[in-house]
Amino acid sequence: MLFEINNLHIGFESRTGFAPAVKGVSMKLGTEKLGIVGESGSGKSLTARALMKLLPSQARIEADKLEFDGIDILSASEKQMRTIRGKRAGFILQDPKYSLNPVKTVGSQVAEAWRAHKGGSKRAALEAAINLLEMVKIRDPKKVASSYPHEVSGGMGQRVMIAMMLAPDPELLIADEPTSALDATVQAEILRLIEELVSERGMGLLLISHDLPLVSHFCDRVAVMYAGHVVEEIKASELLSAQHPYTRGLLNCMPSLMHPKKRLPVLTRDPEWLK
Amino acid sequence: MTIEIDNLHISFGDREVVKGVSFNVAKGESFGIVGESGSGKSTVLRAMAGLNNDWSGRIAFSGENAPLYRPPAFFRKVQMVFQDPYGSLHPRQTIDRILSELPLVHGMDNIDDRIAKVLSAVALPQTTRFRYPHQLSGGQRQRVAIARALIAEPEVLLLDEPTSALDVSVQAEILNLLADLRVERNLTYVMVSHNLSVIAHLCTEVGVMIDGHMVEQVTAEDLRLGNVNHAHTRELRSLSVELEEPA
Repeated sequence: MLFEINNLHIGFESRTGFAPAVKGVSMKLGTEKLGIVGESGSGKSLTARALMKLLPSQARIEADKLEFDGIDILSASEKQMRTIRGKRAGFILQDPKYSLNPVKTVGSQVAEAWRAHKGGSKRAALEAAINLLEMVKIRDPKKVASSYPHEVSGGMGQRVMIAMMLAPDPELLIADEPTSALDATVQAEILRLIEELVSERGMGLLLISHDLPLVSHFCDRVAVMYAGHVVEEIKASELLSAQHPYTRGLLNCMPSLMHPKKRLPVLTRDPEWLK
Repeated sequence: MTIEIDNLHISFGDREVVKGVSFNVAKGESFGIVGESGSGKSTVLRAMAGLNNDWSGRIAFSGENAPLYRPPAFFRKVQMVFQDPYGSLHPRQTIDRILSELPLVHGMDNIDDRIAKVLSAVALPQTTRFRYPHQLSGGQRQRVAIARALIAEPEVLLLDEPTSALDVSVQAEILNLLADLRVERNLTYVMVSHNLSVIAHLCTEVGVMIDGHMVEQVTAEDLRLGNVNHAHTRELRSLSVELEEPA
């Protein structure tokens, strides 16, 4: 198992009292592709961040088990975490505009990631960076390597982020809404690229998104989260026979080109779902 | 209000981003523009709304050519809703203040009444009136943005990706609201989006843009059936068809 989460609780102490955000989530991941789907505020990003111990300091976190490859994350020191973050588990965030350093060239940032984990000379690192950029299917890697983040498009920026995350050859890739800032066409390209690279290298993938049909194309299993709970975990291929009304609601409320609906069905939220 | 756009060219400095776009929208119809980022779709919309003064060609509402600088009365007729409800509402103003801005500027009467009515038109509880934007959810904020456009009692709504910042469940609510409002108030819509399913749901006719050109205009029905000519339309369509079904 790459990671194992058992009964994870995350909450925040605030001025007005304690606000629970994740309420007893359990999931496991081996060398496979798992998608987490849910609305904003369902706790999907917090779950992934807890795994990397990247929660803000005021967060209260409890779990029966929170392990990355046998290492207990809850008791791990910052030093131990640094051997996991980046090196063994890469984290791709939503918007490349905010995750890339605006005053350094793209190439030097990828090279920095490579060198931090693998060592070696600056020149070797830059060469490795260009290779990595080529691997994420950037057509003119040399030219892109010497440009600044504002000079590349959103899709290109996200490719650069992926190249950077792949530099240390991680075992797990966590992608938190990697394509929601991108166009429909670019979105599909990036997800295909992620899927290809993950399969090729035998990595585990945790893909977080709010688009259920989309995720099902690129994952083996999908966990549907609602208000801090995993309400259903299902094989991507069996999504159409999903049982939970929330999962069904999410699938139904999408407008569809092929099956036009006069009115979109709206989710009626049942308090029962929270139990 | 009919809309006619004829040979519209828009440049930023030396760079031409809209290269001769023409389309017509009949009164009470809805027209969708799809395209990738950078294809010029939002730029067309902004020029129509009078937010860009560097264009040439013809933009006409109800057969009347829109002047380069729009008179105040124009903004009673044509209103715009923006993509990001987090960025388009003033963070330090209450919803009441945000909604009273336009009636005050235009010297409208019964502002109090109008705000109450427009809030119920977008299905927001009256209690939201004295809240700040940060106290509302994303969907509620987009409703406020729509209410702000409606309070002018416009005939045309220009919608720039009105649901792309929202969750799919909230997107369904907003799309239903927009569909209802169009019928109730006989509004004319021009909507921009990169999501073909969203456009086809709300619009009867669709224009496909790439690199500043509108390469194809097709009805939503033909788009559904696949009666399209341009390669880019076909590409967008097949991608949308493939990804909207669960695997």
